Amino acid sequence: MIEPSGWFERRRLLNWTATGLMVASTAGVVIVLLLILGQVILQGLPALGVAFFTRPPLPDGSAGGGVAQAILGTLEMLIVGGVLAIPPAVATAIYLSEYGHGQLARVVRFSLDLLAGFPSIVIGVFVWAWLVREVVGDFSGLAGGVALAIIMIPIVARTVEETLRLVPDSLREASLALGVPRWKTIMLVVLPTARAGILTGIVLSMARAGGEAAPILLTALGSQFFNLNLLQPMAALPVQIYQDSRSPFDELHAQAWGVALVLIVLIALLSGLTRLILGRRLHALSR
Amino acid sequence: MSSISVLDAGRAVAGSQHIVRGTYRGDRIFSVAVTVFAVGIPLLLVAIVLLMVLDALPSITRYGFGFLTSSTWDPATEQFGAAAFIYGTVVTSIVALLLAAPVGVGCALFLAEYAPLWVRGPIGFVIELLAAIPSVIYGLWGLFVLAPLMGRNLLVAAVILAIMILPTVAAVSREVLLAVPNTQRDSMLALGATRWETVQVAVLPYARAGIAGAAVLGLARALGETIAVAMVIGNSSTRISGSLFTPGYTMASAIADHFTDANSSIYFSALVEVALGLLLVAAIMTVLARVLVWSVARGPAGTAVGAETR
Repeated sequence: MIEPSGWFERRRLLNWTATGLMVASTAGVVIVLLLILGQVILQGLPALGVAFFTRPPLPDGSAGGGVAQAILGTLEMLIVGGVLAIPPAVATAIYLSEYGHGQLARVVRFSLDLLAGFPSIVIGVFVWAWLVREVVGDFSGLAGGVALAIIMIPIVARTVEETLRLVPDSLREASLALGVPRWKTIMLVVLPTARAGILTGIVLSMARAGGEAAPILLTALGSQFFNLNLLQPMAALPVQIYQDSRSPFDELHAQAWGVALVLIVLIALLSGLTRLILGRRLHALSR
Repeated sequence: MSSISVLDAGRAVAGSQHIVRGTYRGDRIFSVAVTVFAVGIPLLLVAIVLLMVLDALPSITRYGFGFLTSSTWDPATEQFGAAAFIYGTVVTSIVALLLAAPVGVGCALFLAEYAPLWVRGPIGFVIELLAAIPSVIYGLWGLFVLAPLMGRNLLVAAVILAIMILPTVAAVSREVLLAVPNTQRDSMLALGATRWETVQVAVLPYARAGIAGAAVLGLARALGETIAVAMVIGNSSTRISGSLFTPGYTMASAIADHFTDANSSIYFSALVEVALGLLLVAAIMTVLARVLVWSVARGPAGTAVGAETR
């Protein structure tokens, strides 16, 4: 006999080693997150104050400036992006879940996947080459909004399509059986039933788009001034972090951490909120 | 009052179907409208590719293949070659994947095979959070925490990229592992195998293609990552050197660093060509990853597994 006890020992040891490595990997992931979050909170908190939220930056990194113009810019571009992205994305989702079964639907789905897979810088370059250089002639908040819209469309379309598919067919059938036209069935029965999922898709896409730096840098460039004109360069929070971090001034570095904290809190709030809504809603739907 | 017979009801249903199909004008308009929007998606895609090809054409015709092999990027003499950018992209992405893949897959294995249920939720949330952090914040962290220790070079960029693609690799791998049928595990366990032997013999081989897909998705994300890389990679050299400790550029970070200088039309064209290259590689990888992941985890039609963690 080959010594079975040694053999068992080896198998046990291997099993424990493998388990240990997996636990270590998981711990590593958690630790990295804690390190980054900790740093952002530690460095970001001292930068926050009334001026931070109410004033634009002061020249050459003098103390006392803020990032209010970037908060406004991010809001403006998110609104433009949302207005441009949500109607076509929801319509596409309706097409895919309610009408699309053939070749065309496959092409549309494939296009959405490709679009979602494009690096955001590519979308930035597209809008830069088209809107900034050919149409408007300058960096602009409008171009930033368009870039964000292109980033948001596949996210919204896919989330909404998935939610629409969760709406039970019995609801559609009940409505159709009452003689309600199909379009009214979709608008008055299917969409309202799925509204939590639609809202989630929209909020998620905004959380994603609001954190994008590269495409906004290439299209809206960033700015030190309050700006309500969509045809002029516009500031945004992520771009503010990038530009502050490249400046030589400690004051601006501190400000960058502050902006990072604000961004993370915003995104955590948004995704936490959607998790809450969606979790409860899906539960209700599946019952 | 006569009661309605089954036959009448049947006719009524047939009739209403007729109405639904043909008679309501609102239905026509509505279905045409949503179809038009849906067709707009592939058209948008075509428009993006077409415009970029057109804008890149001057550079493509002027430099040809030399664009890919030359590492001279000199606006003064209008000599543009992207070899150094391509090199930086490939090196940082591959090193990032080598760092992230074992950890990501290990984490996925833990979540799918080992972790008690009460741990899965919170760790899943941690992964989601990691995926949701904007890349500029990773860049900031890399610039002020890692760079003081390691300098600004290809290696730091790779480490930051590794952290950024970790959630992608982990989340997609986990989905793939969860799609492995339990009969695979049960039969191994029934034979008296340890947990690890079960994973090694029955789970991993089954999930191999899907895990490869997760890695490709991670790689695709690393290739296109811009701002975080631009913040830590150094942006100061266009020479190709064998060392990971030299500053450099990736294709994406070069675009972000140069776009404001693109005054001449050929400079602009060269930058668009770099972006076009990124687009093509990303498209190929998206398709490849989809095929790989689908071969294991066939989700509902049209849902790309892992796309939400991008």
